[in-house]
Formats: sequence, C-alpha cells, structure tokens
Amino acid sequence: MLLDVHGLKKGFPGSERQITVLDGVSLSLDVGEVVALTGESGSGKSTLLHIIAGLEPTDDGSVLFDGEDICVMDDGGRAALRRNSISIVFQQFNLIPSLNVRQNLVFHARLAGRAASVDLPALAMSLGLADHLEKFPEDLSGGEQQRVAIGRAVASEPKLVLADEPTGNLDEGTGQAVFDLLLSLARRTGAALLIATHSMRLAEAADRRMHLSHGKLTE
Amino acid sequence: MNARALLPLLFCITHSLAMAQGFAELGQTSEGYALPDPMTRFTFPNDHGSHPEFRIEWWYVTANLRDADGTDYGIQWTLFRIALSPSGEPEDQMWMGHAAVSTPTGHLFTERLARGGVGQAGVTAAPFEAFIDEWRVAGPDLATVSVTAQSHEFRYDLELSSNGPFVPQGEHGFSVKSFVGQASHYYSQPFYSVSGTLTLPEGEVHVTGRAWLDREWSSQPLAPDQTGWDWISLHLSDGEKLMVYRLRDLARGAYVVGTWIAADGLPEPLRVGSLEMTPVEWTEVAGRQLPVVWDIAHEARGIAIRAEAIYPQSWMGTGISYWEGPVRASGSHSGEGYLEMSGY
Amino acid sequence: MIGPVLTALLSHWRRRPFQLATLLLGLSLATALWSGVQAINAEARKSYAEAASILGGGGLSELVRTDGGMIPVKTYATLRRAGWLVSPLVDGWLSAEDGRIRLLGMDPFTVPQDTSIAAAVESSLYPELVGKNGVLLANPATAARLPDLEDRLRVIEDLAPNIVLADITTAQELLAMTGFNRMFLAPDQPLLRPNLASVAPELAIKPPATANDLGRLTDSFHLNLTAFGLLSFAVGLAIVHGSVGLAFEQRRPVLRTLRALGVSAHRIVLCLIFELLTLALVGGALGIIVGYVMAAALLPDVAASLRGLYGATVNDALTLSPFWWLGGVGIACIGTAVAAANGLWRIARMPPLSPARPRAWIMASNRAMRWQAGGAAICLAAALIAVTFGGGLVSGFVLVGGFITAAALFLPMVLSSLIAVAARQSRGPIGQWFWADTRQQLPGLSLALMALLLALAANVGVGTMVASFRATFSGWLDQRLVSDLYVTVEDEADIPAFMAFLEDKSDAVLPIWHVDAEVMGAPAEIYGVVDHPIYAANWPLLSSLPDTWNRIAEGTGALVNEQLARREGLSLEDRLPLPGGWTTTVVGIYSDYGNPLGQVVLPLGELTRNYPDVDRSDFGILVPEQNKEALTAALTKEFGLPKDRITDQGVIKEFSLAVFERTFAVTGALNILTLAVAGVAILTSLLTLASMRLPQLAPAWALGLTRTTLGRLELIRALVLAALTFTFALPVGLVLAWMLLAIINVEAFGWRLPMHLFPLDWAWLGALSLGAAGLASIWPAYQLARRPPADLARVFSHER
Repeated sequence: MLLDVHGLKKGFPGSERQITVLDGVSLSLDVGEVVALTGESGSGKSTLLHIIAGLEPTDDGSVLFDGEDICVMDDGGRAALRRNSISIVFQQFNLIPSLNVRQNLVFHARLAGRAASVDLPALAMSLGLADHLEKFPEDLSGGEQQRVAIGRAVASEPKLVLADEPTGNLDEGTGQAVFDLLLSLARRTGAALLIATHSMRLAEAADRRMHLSHGKLTE
Repeated sequence: MNARALLPLLFCITHSLAMAQGFAELGQTSEGYALPDPMTRFTFPNDHGSHPEFRIEWWYVTANLRDADGTDYGIQWTLFRIALSPSGEPEDQMWMGHAAVSTPTGHLFTERLARGGVGQAGVTAAPFEAFIDEWRVAGPDLATVSVTAQSHEFRYDLELSSNGPFVPQGEHGFSVKSFVGQASHYYSQPFYSVSGTLTLPEGEVHVTGRAWLDREWSSQPLAPDQTGWDWISLHLSDGEKLMVYRLRDLARGAYVVGTWIAADGLPEPLRVGSLEMTPVEWTEVAGRQLPVVWDIAHEARGIAIRAEAIYPQSWMGTGISYWEGPVRASGSHSGEGYLEMSGY
Repeated sequence: MIGPVLTALLSHWRRRPFQLATLLLGLSLATALWSGVQAINAEARKSYAEAASILGGGGLSELVRTDGGMIPVKTYATLRRAGWLVSPLVDGWLSAEDGRIRLLGMDPFTVPQDTSIAAAVESSLYPELVGKNGVLLANPATAARLPDLEDRLRVIEDLAPNIVLADITTAQELLAMTGFNRMFLAPDQPLLRPNLASVAPELAIKPPATANDLGRLTDSFHLNLTAFGLLSFAVGLAIVHGSVGLAFEQRRPVLRTLRALGVSAHRIVLCLIFELLTLALVGGALGIIVGYVMAAALLPDVAASLRGLYGATVNDALTLSPFWWLGGVGIACIGTAVAAANGLWRIARMPPLSPARPRAWIMASNRAMRWQAGGAAICLAAALIAVTFGGGLVSGFVLVGGFITAAALFLPMVLSSLIAVAARQSRGPIGQWFWADTRQQLPGLSLALMALLLALAANVGVGTMVASFRATFSGWLDQRLVSDLYVTVEDEADIPAFMAFLEDKSDAVLPIWHVDAEVMGAPAEIYGVVDHPIYAANWPLLSSLPDTWNRIAEGTGALVNEQLARREGLSLEDRLPLPGGWTTTVVGIYSDYGNPLGQVVLPLGELTRNYPDVDRSDFGILVPEQNKEALTAALTKEFGLPKDRITDQGVIKEFSLAVFERTFAVTGALNILTLAVAGVAILTSLLTLASMRLPQLAPAWALGLTRTTLGRLELIRALVLAALTFTFALPVGLVLAWMLLAIINVEAFGWRLPMHLFPLDWAWLGALSLGAAGLASIWPAYQLARRPPADLARVFSHER
C-alpha cells in the first residue's frame, strides 16, 4: 500500500456556519495504480489532493504515505516528501516564468537531487517539446505549458503523481492529448497517479474511479 | 620625546666632532670650537663656570648615601651644556639635566632640557650656581653647595661640603681619551661629605654619605671607532679615592686609564697598559646585556678590587640612555662608589 | 537544493533588468548620499581634532595671561625656575595665498612628550628647527601656499592642514613678536612648587582646549549636512522598498510553486535574504564609489566654507578609513533590511497556496493612508513637544524633522481630497474617468510623491533661508564697512607719523585696534572706536538707547554683538564684566553675521587704558572716492606699505560675499541631488505602475479612447500630481524656512535673520518639479501610446 487515507475531515468557515468539504474520506492507492477522482466543481477534489500533498492541514483523519502520517509531519518533513516522492500537476501549470523549458523540466529533479538521471532529450521527445527547450513559458500555448509541467513532475521520479484538473485550462482536444501523455508517462515510470477531473470520459482510462460528492467518497 | 629628539642633535655633534678630529691632527681647531690644550692649567673659581667656547661640558655629582638603618642609596645630579654653534652666545647653548635616585630595590630618574639665553638654565662660577629649572647645585662656592632636584616621583635636598682639594685628572687636568689623541679638561672634587633628605614614593629618608663631583669639558669626546665607555669612581675605606675608565675601541681594544687619589688629594695617574678593568658578570638591563660586576686591577699599586652594582637595573632611560648607579667595592680595598656605562 | 531555488529566484531579475536597475539605483543613491555626507563630516571632524590637538596640546591645560596679553620670556624662566613645567607657545597667523595660515611656534626642548606636536614632528628635524633661520614645518598643501618661505619649509606629510609649526624663535621673528602667547602645562609636575599666584599672579590656568570647541561651532553646519544625507537616504529607501516589495509580490506564484515542489518556507526566506544581501552589497559598493566621488567633489567647498565661517581648518582631500567603507556597505545592508523586512515577514508566514496580487499589494491604500495620518500626527506632536519643552540645536532639528515628516505623511490624504474635489467639479466621461483613475493610482505613487514633497519643501526652506541670509548679509556689509580704505601698519613705531601724514589727506582716520581676550568665560574680541559721527550714521544697532553714541563719545559704556548678547542674556544697561577685573555697561547691541566669536566695542580710550598691549596696527581711512588711488600710492611711497596692507572696502565686501557663496554651495548641490533622487523615485514608480496598468487602461481603450490620448492623459496625470504636490510643498517649505531662520540659526549661530520671500525662485522650482515629473512620465506615456493593440486586447482574453 503506497497511500492510505483514512477518515479525513476538512471544513472551511462559511458566512453562517462551517462548510464541510471532506466528511470522513478514506481511500488507498497501490504502487503504480492509476486512480481517477471525479466530482463537481467545488466538491473538494483539490482540497483532498492538497491535503495528500501536505499543502493544507486537515481537521481530522490520517494520510499514511509509505507508512508515515503526513498529517503529523512538520513543514520541513512535508516539503521533503513533496521534493522526493510526490509530484503535483496543477490546473494553472505553475511553471517558473523566468526559467526556460529546459530548466523547468529538470527543476523538480534538481530539487530532489536526481537531475543526473534525467534523460532530457528522450523526455522532451516524448513530451513533443524537443523544439521548445530554449523557450520561456510565456511563449508556449497552454497545452505545451501543461506538458512541461507533466514532464517536470515525472522527471523527478516520484512514487506518486497528483494531478489537479490538469486539462481544466485546455480545450478538449489538447486536454485529451495531455491526459494521454500523463497516463502513459505515469505507467512507464511506475508512478502511482491520482488524477482529479470532472470529465467522466477521461476518467474512463483509469484503473479505478472514485467519486467525491457532499464530502463523501464513493467507488 | 624632547630628550629623544635631541639624540640626532648630539649625534650630529659627535659626528662632526669626528670630522673635526681629522683637522685636529693638523693642529687646527675646526668650526670655531676651542680644543683642549695640555698646557692649560685650571684657575678657580673661574673654571667652575662654563666654557662656551668648547662644544660640550658637564657638572656631574654622584653620591653614596646611607640612612639610619644602614640602607644604601645613591643619587645623581648632572647638568650638560651642549653648544649648537661655536659663537659662545647663550642662545646657542642647550642644556640637559639628569637626576636619579637609586635604592637597593629601585631606580628613579628624570630629565630636563632647556635652551640657552632665556634664563632657564646656566652656570655662574662665583658665587657658584649651576641650574636647570628648579634643580640647583649652589653655594657660596663649589666646596660648599646645596644640591636639589626633583620629578613628579622623587626629590632630594642635600648639603655637600668638602674637606679636600679639587683634583685634576690625567696630566694636570688634560685627560686623554683615546689612542689617537682626543682629550678633555677634567677635574674632580671627591671629598664631599653629605647630609640631607631624600623624598621617595615610600616617604622621606634622612641620609648621610659621600659625594663626588666631576667637571669636564671638551670639543671632541670620542674617536670614531670608540663605541662607548665604562667609568668607575670609588671612595675607599682609608680616605683614598680611585677613578678608572675604559673606552671601548673597535679597532684597538679598550683604552683604560685612571687616577689614584691619596687621602690628602694628591693624584697619581694610572697610565694606559698598567690598568685592567674587566667585566665579570653580565645581566640583562633594558633589553641588552650589561656588565654589572667589574674587576679592577693595578699590579704595581696592589689594586685588585671587585665593584658590584647595588641595584643592577639602574638604567637611565633618558633621551641619551646609559647605566648609572652606586656600587660596593671589595677585595684589596673596600668602599663604595659609582659606575657609569654607556654605548651598550 | 539551494542552487536550483536561487536559480529560480534570481532568474526573475534577468527577465526584468529594469526592475533590477531601479532597485540598485535606489540602493546606491541612498548609500551614496548618506556615505558622501558622512565622509565630508568625518573628514572635517578629523581635521578639527588634528588642529585642536596640535593647537591645544591634545588635552593639556595651558597658562595664559588673564588680560590676554603676551607672556614675557622672563615670566617663563621664573616659572620654570620655580618648578612649574611649562612650555611656551607663540601663536599667530601668516598671510598666504588663499587666506591666512596659523603659525605655531613651540619649544622643542620642553614641549610635553604626549602632545600632538611632539608626535607630529620627527626628532631628526629638531637641529634644523632650532636657531637662526630655523625651518618651518607644514603639510604639502599648506607648504604650497607659502612660496615666499619655500627654502625654509620642510614638508611633513600628515601634519594638520593650514598649520605651520616652527621653533618659538622663528615664529617670533616671522610674527614680529616678543614673548609668548600661552604655555602648555606638562601633565606631570614635580613634587614641590609654589602656587601660581606667588610666582606669576597675572597668569591663569586654562582648561584643555578640545576639538569640541570647534565642534560646537560647526555642529549646525554638520547637522545640516547630516539632515540632507538622511533625507536622501530616506528617499532612496523609498525606492528600494517599492521595488523589493513589488519583486516579492510578483514572484509570489514562483514561491508558491517552489513550496509545492518541496521547498520549505524558511529555506525560501533564507534564499531571499541571500539574494537581498547580494543586491545590497552590489548596490552598497556602487553607492560608496558614487558617495566618494561626490564627497571628493564637494569637500573643497565645504573646507572653504568652514574656513570662512569658523576659521576651522579642514583638509581639501579625502582620507577615509576602512571603517567608512565598511560603514557604507553596512548602511546599504541595513537599509535593504529595513526596506524588505515587511515583505520577508509576509513570505515567511505565507501559506503555501496563497494567491499573488501585485496590484492589490501596491494599491493597499485606504488603511495605509489612515496609518500615515496617525504617524503624521505623532510626528507633529513630537515637533511641538520639542519646541515647547526642548531647547538648543537638537530640539530645533527635532522640530524641523517632525514637521517635515508629518507634512510628507499627510500628503497622500491631502492629494486624495484635492483629487476628490476635482472629480466632483469635472464634467464629461473622460474627465470623470481621468480623476477616478488618478485617485486610484495615488497609492502606488504616494511614496514617490512624498519623496518629491520632501525634496521640494527642503528646497524652498533652505533656499529661502540662504537667500534671506544673503540679502541681509549684503545690506549689512554695505552699512558696516564704513571706511573707504583699510590699512595695516607694519611697524607700530610708524603710527604717530602715519596719523600726522593722514591728518590733511583724508576725511578721518579710524583706528581699528583690538585685543583677543576671554569675555564671560569664552574667547572674544574687544575693539575700540573713536568718537566719529560716521558710526552713529552708518552702524545699524539691533537695540540702542537714545544716547548710545553720546555715551560712547563720552568714553563710557560698550557695544556688544548679538552673539554675545544672546549667549550671555545681555540687554541694554546690563553690567558687562571684562578681563582685567573691571566692568562697564552695555549701551548697544549690533548684528555681526558670520562671526563665531563674541565681540565687545569700547571707546578707544577705555581700550588702550585697560589693555595697553592692544594690537594697534589696523586703521580705517575715510577718503573721497576720487582720492583713493592717490592716497594708496602716497601711503606706499611714504611708509613702504606693500599692496596687501592696503585694502579697498569693495575688495573686502567682494571677499566676504565670495566666502558666503562658497558656504552655501554645498547646500545648493545637496538640494539639487535630493530633487534628482525624488525625480528618479517618480520615474521608477510610474514605470512600475505602467507594467500593471493594462487591465485598467484596456476598458478605456475599448470604449474608444485612442492609445495616443491614453498616453497624453498619463503625462497630464503626472504633471497634475506634481503640481498638486508642489502646491502643498510651498507652504511647508516656507514654514520650514521660518523655522530655520528663527530657531535653528539663533541656536546655531546666535543671530536671527529677517525672512525675505523670493516668489521668482518658487516659480523656478515649480517649473523644475513639473519638468522632473514630466520627464519621468514621458517614457511610460510614450510606451503606452506605442503599445500594440493586441496587448490591450489580450487583457480581455486572459482575464479569468
């Protein structure tokens, strides 16, 4: 078991009363498993992913990654976990605008100390970015930017890739291509993939699908 | 720094004196200064006064003193006159006073400087007065004088009176200083008895003892190869006095001469070759090695005396620095006296 | 791991070289002005200390004659022979090219060992120093000013400036003096000595003179410079604060990404600190170089001012210690830390996923404005407390500082209200949009506008003070220089013949005899005047009695200068104790600008009776203009007076005004520099805003305003803001000028000046500030006008 989330609760203060976003969510992921997380906009998919990545605190419950509880780690421990084992692909790409494509691609791997093992030409080829390595993010289309973000995520050889609506900012065709790329790269590197999407069609391609609604998770 | 500042001044003098000495061999006086003449005879009291036609001159009093408990003390009172030019005018003279008190455990010294012509320092023969600032050696005549000097740490007020004559040193007062002919006019008054008060940091002490005055003037004190001198004066137990000095010469070895003074004041010159003055024990003083124990030997006179410094660290750290302090004599004769060592 | 994080952070600057340049410019300007002023102050203080330690024996007491006269050589000998270890000094002035030079005669035999004289003079020079034709010692610059004495001068590299050292005999010969002016008292005196009264009752022990004496006199001058330095530093820091804060805010997405990629918050802060430190070091180093160049360029003027104003001697060349250089870098680092502290604090506490809002960051406005108003109130209160309860120069400066800071802090609120009023008045959509948009822009520009306000107010204030001073001083000179010719007689024995000679060749001969002495415990000058109607006619008195001039004519009473009157609280009919143990009555008070010393004017008879040693060599001569030249020639022929002993009134006036101009040259230069820095602040703020303003401009463009119109409006907006700021700065500056004239000057110099207004100068300054704002906005406006329409269109497609 790579990831074991148990009894996760999370609420936000609302205008009148506490809004419960996650209400006892449990899920688990095996090594190399690809799981799609579906749900309406605002159903709490992002919050769940952020909690798993250690970017947001929980109100209750545990997140065991490789047997260790992320919820009890300090900021440094969670940062180390993200650096070394968990990669995130955001809806808004979140590239570093002042670095070019080449630098962005190896950036996470450098942070994790694994830059030496990155086969950049092969990676760029598989991402279809071989001609764009010296360009800066602002010179790329949205689909290209997201491919750079995916490349950055897998190049650091994580055990788990979290993807938060990776195609949400892309048109349908581009989104499909990017999704296929993410899936194939995850399978190739053996990384587990938890992908949040509101598109049922994309979710079809996953090993398992889970649905988040009213704070509860269902298979 | 004022005294230190004068070093080059004095250096400059001795340097040009060395040049002057070259002319002296031709029988000429250089640069207008008078040169010592073996035919000169002293006339007193005039010669107690200053001789501004000569380049350098001093009035030098040392005394061996003892308090009621038998503790040894020594004092030094010195006035130097140095001519800045041979005009003989008062404003072309500078004056330098040194004073010191030695005890068996310490040595205090001080220095004064003055320009001539402003009334700050000078010497008159009769009535006798030698002074720089408030320091004085003064009396109706040089046979009976009060001696006083002070610093911010010590002071002495002494009455000196002599019961013997002034004693010419060398040949009738013509004192040769080297193998090549430098000389000075030199006489002493070794027969003073002293009583008075020392004011020391520990308090006042009443003391009595014996004092020795040296008067010397010249225009050419050292030959160029001479590096310094060692000088000893001794009051011996039978009323006799002994003065010896040794001029260290790089080229020719030491030049050692002296005077044996009988109890009645009759001098007998101890000539070069007959006298030996040998350092016995060295000690470190002010960062250098100095002999503080000496053997003096004169076979014909039966002299074999050891002179030992009472306080080996009697260093005069004045502008021109040297060692000056009381000694105790033992051996063939016993007694006390003063040792001076310069050029180390 | 630090490596990639730094790469990511620093790459920001590579992509935004202009922002980097702004930051470095702000940092280096702040450092440059600050350290330049510090360098000037340090050099001057060092020179004072050197001069004071040479002249004053470095903390030794002195013996002087109570009546200010010379001490005879005999007294010296008597003291020494009594056991008083004193060392004589002869003190006077040599006339030289470019002003006079202090000549100090000392006695190498007795000068106390631990004095600076002893330290300054190599002992190997002593033989040359003593005796007839003894040598003179001076530093290279001073020596160069005495070509006549060239063959007697020996150059001593690090001797204090404007001082010549010699043996007492040599000094007596050159100054034609006998006796000594004063004597050092050696620190270690012998055990027994009689008291002074029994040896030399006419002498008194004077406590050590220190650099502080000169320091106090020149304090106001240096405080003035320091205030300018601080002002510029503050303005520079405003630039730094702006660009650092913006850079942090712009990089917030990057910081968030870094957090998501596993970089902890404290590591990010460490990297940012490292980045800032690097920038501070680079900016600081640049600033120090600029500061050095600036100080070196200004120092000769400063030195000339201090010489002219206070007789203080200052090196013309900078010799700076390593501490100065380190201090400059240090102040750059501290400044950066202050400017960035807020930004860093926020990043350290930022949750990993917080959004980036650079525009909101800049516009965070209304609350800030309220805070500022609170700060302004506090500053104003501090100023009022200082002026009510304080006293002295420092509280005067607290008043000025508090007031001007309060004015700056109030500025945004004032501008906002003015703009609101304008908006209500305006008709038409463009006008309404313009004023609304201007008001919205205000927070982003307020720091820069505050900098402009400070610079303008300082300019108006200091400018008004200087111009008032100049007007008063020039008028005063006209009245005060009553004689047509001023003559210095070389030999006092010539005086009777001189007087007789002039009897029928001139309208009057007015002796200007004087003695330097201590009056009421401080050094002062005592002058004598004869009874002549020209004084009553021409000498403006600040306060006088109906019979002031009659009483002077009768030989009773005394006039005192304003400085002495203020210092000792003297008013008319007060008793005035004078050296020598006698007293007289104050019958008049006169203004005496530019003189640091107290001054007393006595009837000539009283002067010579009480002080027989008075210096009698100076005379004023009344002679009709057409006879001036003939008389000058006759005096030269008859008494062999060289040209430099006969001075025309016009020459003295010219010289005095030249000294005055040089005195304030530095103030003028700093004024301009501060204004320039404020201009840079406006430029950088406008450019920063321009890069973020597209979303505001695009709708206006979409609604039909052309890019050219938009650009023009941008330019007008900058001009309007500058004009409004100037309007507010003018009264602030005038209040400042009043404070400087009525409070600071009285505290610093002891005289109060009437305030004159110079509206033409304001017009000029107003034009200058509009020009600066216009220049600063031209480039952003031009860029906007040239912006491709696609950029504007993209605003809509990118809006999420």
